[in-house]
Amino acid sequence: MKESPIGTSSGGALEGRRLEGMIVRKVERELYEVFIGPQHPGSGHMRIIVRLDGDVIVEADPDIGYVHRTMEKLSEVREWLKPIPLLERMTIIDACNVTLPYVNALEKLMDKSPPPRASYLRVLLCEINRIASHLYGMGIFGVFLGHSTIYMWAFGDREVFVELAEILTGARLTHTYPIPGGVRRDMPQDFPEMARRAVRYMRRRLEEYRKIFVDNPVIVKRLDGVGVISKSKAAELGIVGPNVRASGIKYDVRLVEPYEVYDELDFEIPVFEEGDSLARTWVRVEEIKQSLNIIEQAVEWLERHKGEHIIPVEDYNKLPKLHKEVYEKTGRVKLLPIHASMKIPPGKALARGEMGRGEIVYYVESDGGTTPYRVRVVTPSARNAMVFKYIIPGHRLMDLPAIYGSIDYFPPESDR
Amino acid sequence: MKPEELAELLKNTLGGLAKEVTLWKGYVEVLVDVDSVAAVASKLKELGFDHVKSVTASDYPKESKIRVTYHVSSYLREDLAKVILGLSVDLPRDNPVMESLTGVWRSSEFQEREVYEFFGVTFRGHPDLRPLLLIPELAEKKVLRKDFIVKEESIYEGVPHRYQ
Amino acid sequence: MNSKAVDRVYVGNINVAARRARELLLGKLRLGDVIDWATTFSLWPVHLLTSCCGAEFAATWSPRFDAEQYGALPWVAPRQTNFIVIEGTVTRKMACALRITYEQMPHPKFVIAMGACALDGGLFYNSYNVVKPWEVVPVDVYIPGCPPPPEALARAIIDLRRRIKEKKLASRWLIEGWRHDRDPVKPVDDVCRWWRP
Repeated sequence: MKESPIGTSSGGALEGRRLEGMIVRKVERELYEVFIGPQHPGSGHMRIIVRLDGDVIVEADPDIGYVHRTMEKLSEVREWLKPIPLLERMTIIDACNVTLPYVNALEKLMDKSPPPRASYLRVLLCEINRIASHLYGMGIFGVFLGHSTIYMWAFGDREVFVELAEILTGARLTHTYPIPGGVRRDMPQDFPEMARRAVRYMRRRLEEYRKIFVDNPVIVKRLDGVGVISKSKAAELGIVGPNVRASGIKYDVRLVEPYEVYDELDFEIPVFEEGDSLARTWVRVEEIKQSLNIIEQAVEWLERHKGEHIIPVEDYNKLPKLHKEVYEKTGRVKLLPIHASMKIPPGKALARGEMGRGEIVYYVESDGGTTPYRVRVVTPSARNAMVFKYIIPGHRLMDLPAIYGSIDYFPPESDR
Repeated sequence: MKPEELAELLKNTLGGLAKEVTLWKGYVEVLVDVDSVAAVASKLKELGFDHVKSVTASDYPKESKIRVTYHVSSYLREDLAKVILGLSVDLPRDNPVMESLTGVWRSSEFQEREVYEFFGVTFRGHPDLRPLLLIPELAEKKVLRKDFIVKEESIYEGVPHRYQ
Repeated sequence: MNSKAVDRVYVGNINVAARRARELLLGKLRLGDVIDWATTFSLWPVHLLTSCCGAEFAATWSPRFDAEQYGALPWVAPRQTNFIVIEGTVTRKMACALRITYEQMPHPKFVIAMGACALDGGLFYNSYNVVKPWEVVPVDVYIPGCPPPPEALARAIIDLRRRIKEKKLASRWLIEGWRHDRDPVKPVDDVCRWWRP
């Protein structure tokens, strides 16, 4: 029996009009606890413990850890190259962006840098994954709001990009594409034409998305002014990604600390000022457009500079004869023999990258052995979990899916 | 701002409180004492560092210490946004207790809960210190310390694990 | 009835009578075949996302692969669905949710375990937080892969369908009250003991 912190609003209506024999009694309001659990179409792989006063949320507590697969501990017992497929499974839909900062941290410790062609191939796959991840987010957002058409459209269009990634790397979702020093495979001959067709198709489709989803009056009514995160609050809570760009702060790791070849490419960072759910959706749609531009530029560079190496020259010289023949003919390098028992000099490194959902930070510590000493990864969803505790209270219960879907929180990534 | 300029700025503002300033690859680390962590954190917040990117801990059983590092950076100041600063504290391994920095940086709340359940470090003054990811039975075992051994099958069978 | 015995009461056993009625209707009069046929064409999975194979689960119901053509519609309430797809790793916290959801579903119910993590732990085999799903719920079909492509999940649904039809799983379950071809699975220790205060 707790007193509601909101306060009784209708206590003063009958103050001056007491009739004969009327008994007036003060009733304390009770808070009602709801578990929006793992088995729920609007919750993802987590439980949200919500305390309600009538229809208004007083407290929302995220109960996460349902997909905690202990990646940090397992990375300590596996050799240096083996955490790459392990860490990929955190955000399986965005696989290149998740593992690229880990590989960058290893390259910083080893003092190696990838050749330019490998950098452009990495950027190409990163942008394909960013588009696929944003479309996944929009589809799931549609399921939360009850708009299943956008779920079908977004997942159908996402298949175009997943198939492009499959042609480039060989796997639909788990690419394992960057390796320390370069990439695993070169681009096939007919890839640029397919990429251009996909880009043209997606540009046409974004117009339709705008008509049916983002400018839909029902969706606008549900999202406009809901879940407003002001600029100072966003900086105080440490929120990342499109959420912070929708609140007026122009922060993107590709702009602040450019990695790979992002400083040579020409793209914009969309920033909106309002900070509500509609602004966050707009940021994602605009980011898809910018990613399409980057894919075009990358593919054009790759076409002009054919026949260059995708692994560093010193690694190429140490390849055995059979591997060299396969590499010359098909452009694939399965596993460099020097990576089999790699030892990295002692030191500490911190590398970060920009995923579809925000900024990911890797802290890698080495003491000179064959396995890492400590790998610490902070994913964007782990930092966005603060939104549940601090932004949601004060809204109504049905605003919870609207806010949850707009921050694009992905529990397997947050639980690691 | 370059890392070397940041190191200079830190030495000037913090003076004697900073025991050691090192430049690693990707961040600048400053090591402080357990008692002066809160004061140093307030000074850094006045300088312009307004959010915490990661709270991490490393276990060194041979030197019997646990090192907790806060990686902080800035959103609102343009020059500080390009560097990352690591604020490190060394704690004794048998009784790791330190002041919580949630009063200074609100964004470290959930990550301090993680360090609590994985390493057993108690943060005094934390508003809500309970396990975040693990079930309570596993959180008592302090899973990420080096004496909790996870066995791995490997082709190097018979080679002793170096923490045993 | 005898005209003399006016104070005799005939008492029957309702359970035995019901069972004989079920055997008659579903066995002899072949209504069981209709029930098997209907169950195979309306296997509705519950909305329970266990882990990262959920991305391929979501893609299977997308326009390219369209598993709704097999009659499978993901539905929100466990009380009105037939089967569970365990996608990916089952952690210790999620095992509690899985068991509670499985127990809430009315029988006849089936389980498909998808992915390498559901077979034997997969990539996380030596982790302290991973539970083998066949120790929590009885599994019918296993799908290897990491993650298995959506065609494999559709193929598994068809395989489950063939099994139900051949072994008459749905009608025999309704007649006898339990599954006739395998023993029930009871978790060794209480998977939810971390939640009970």
